[in-house]
Amino acid sequence: MWKWLHPYAKTEETYALCGRLYPWFLWPAIALLAVGTVWGLAFAPADYQQGDSFRIIYIHVPGAMLSMGLYAGMAILGFIGLVWQIRTCYMGIAAIAPVGAMMTFIALFTGAVWGKPMWGTWWVWDARLTSELILLFLYLGVIALYGAFDDKIQAGKAVAVMSLVGVINLPIIHYSVYWWNTLHQGATISKFDNPSISSDMLWPLLLNILGFGLVAGALACRRLQNEILTREMRRPWAQTLLLSNETGAK
Amino acid sequence: MSGDKLTQLKAQELACIKRDKLLFNDLALQVEPGEMLVVAGPNGVGKTSLLRILAGLSAPEDGAIFWNDVSIDNIDSTFRQDLIYIGHKLGFSINLTAIENLRFWMQQRGQVPSEQSIIEVLDELALVGMEDVLVRQMSAGQQRRVALARLWLTPAAIWILDEPLTALDKWGINLLQQKMISHVQAGGIIISTSHQHFAVDIPVRTLALEPNWL
Amino acid sequence: MTVFWSVFRRDWLLAFRQNAEFLQPVLFCLLVVTMFPLGIGPSPATLQKVGPGIIWVAALLSSLLALEKLFKQDFLDGSLEQLVLTPGSLPMLALAKVLVHWLVSTLPLLILSPVLALFLNLTWDMYWALLCTLVLGTPLMSLIGAIAVALTAGLNKGGTLLGLLLLPVYIPLLIFATSAVESASLGIPFTGQLAIIGAMLLFAIALTPYAVAYAIKVSQN
Repeated sequence: MWKWLHPYAKTEETYALCGRLYPWFLWPAIALLAVGTVWGLAFAPADYQQGDSFRIIYIHVPGAMLSMGLYAGMAILGFIGLVWQIRTCYMGIAAIAPVGAMMTFIALFTGAVWGKPMWGTWWVWDARLTSELILLFLYLGVIALYGAFDDKIQAGKAVAVMSLVGVINLPIIHYSVYWWNTLHQGATISKFDNPSISSDMLWPLLLNILGFGLVAGALACRRLQNEILTREMRRPWAQTLLLSNETGAK
Repeated sequence: MSGDKLTQLKAQELACIKRDKLLFNDLALQVEPGEMLVVAGPNGVGKTSLLRILAGLSAPEDGAIFWNDVSIDNIDSTFRQDLIYIGHKLGFSINLTAIENLRFWMQQRGQVPSEQSIIEVLDELALVGMEDVLVRQMSAGQQRRVALARLWLTPAAIWILDEPLTALDKWGINLLQQKMISHVQAGGIIISTSHQHFAVDIPVRTLALEPNWL
Repeated sequence: MTVFWSVFRRDWLLAFRQNAEFLQPVLFCLLVVTMFPLGIGPSPATLQKVGPGIIWVAALLSSLLALEKLFKQDFLDGSLEQLVLTPGSLPMLALAKVLVHWLVSTLPLLILSPVLALFLNLTWDMYWALLCTLVLGTPLMSLIGAIAVALTAGLNKGGTLLGLLLLPVYIPLLIFATSAVESASLGIPFTGQLAIIGAMLLFAIALTPYAVAYAIKVSQN
């Protein structure tokens, strides 16, 4: 009985696992984000140099951290998938990529919004912003590559390889962009690096970082469930699930 | 084809998923020297996929294939040396001539390419005068015969042929079948598919794949 | 090793069989470089300042064009399939193909480079630096590019997917190469930048053949 199910038992288990994890990600995330964002945007003390505009770090920093963390996550999944030939890892990459791209976009957008009061312009080629932009392209590349294949297992292997290529290049890209920025340094001093931060500023930031992380987890879980269902539509377990009234919230 | 080597092909628990459709699962087969196996079934059932998996071109979703009891993925396996795979595609560069293609083919197999033997084989396949013509300038039937020339030129214990009779006329079909018969009688293995019926009088086993509605 | 050279010879022969198609990327590079003075004005000082960047961007774009052809035809006619089945080592064979591709697409670029330097008013020192960066950087582009090209060999998508995948990865090379030429224009030594590019190249030579071999197998599905 088990042998027959073997090739696709994994997706059913993963589907169920995601379903169980989802509420544990979602509700704490909403709570943390609500507290952290409100605290940060409204109640934390203003920065003595930048005034209130620095508050954007409560969105920007978590976004930036997650954009990089999720990419590393994709690379890890790619590695596991390639070495141990696990199909659900490939689906995981496809699930995470748009979430990561969104985080990168948030980081870029908030970075630009932060920049306007500081530098008077919506965009500067600051080292970190430039790195984030390149990271966005890397994410978009993974998304486009996955979508370009009809056979999604092939697609999965391809994005696994490209994620690994990307993750190896990521430190090189960061280093070279920072170096490039120092070469062509204008008068802009990056306040993005190491904001000197007191503890009543720090707590909302930590809450938001955790909140963003959990949101990303929740979104990734849901997306992975969707991907699994789309791909495994014809399996008996998927059929029973879809035909019943419960939509996978179990 | 040495008679003392255990040149058998064994596959266990093969599973194949293409475009999210489970084509087959838990498939096992075993082919002994001197046997021909024909994989039959309707279009889209997975015949080409199975052959590509057996040739080692595609990775199966599950399962393993053994040649001489050594996994074909093993670095010590002689499988690739013992195999000739001819699929739907030509397998040759269309911008090279027949002779150039076959010469490179022999070099890749570690054989010393001999102009003489290539020309002889091409003659046998009624490609006299086509030796220095670019493959892309040949007709489909001629291209097919150049592709099949590999079977005449290089010895190999196992042939995996996907729709080998395509584009061949009656004479070509007959020639190929004669060659297949002599190969099997000499102890070789052939695994093939075909929509056309093979008119060979050697023992032929059939593996019928059925559509899997899961 | 003979298998390596047989693949090399075959690819070399093939490169010249297609009506000098291999010159098209170089012509594209020349065109792009020509566009810039027309777009930004012919002032020699400006051209010299932006010249290194322009030439390198043009080289990157035209290398993408050239790379597209690396595995396409072989995939279509089935030679790639047969290559996977060869008893020889697939990473070595992949390296042979990339080597031929690099020679055939870079030598014309190197021959053209004095013209490009002339158009953008580069000094002799700058040109020397440019040449060094091209010699070290173009194989790096071919090696890493081959991975993405192999993965997408079976797709019918246009070059934009390849660009999206590869240009971010090429950015460090762009940065260090243009910085080397700029240093040369200021009379500062540029060995540091060359060393970094060289290190990336060595890294790539060691690792990419395996990645390319795997990518070729992925394309066969």
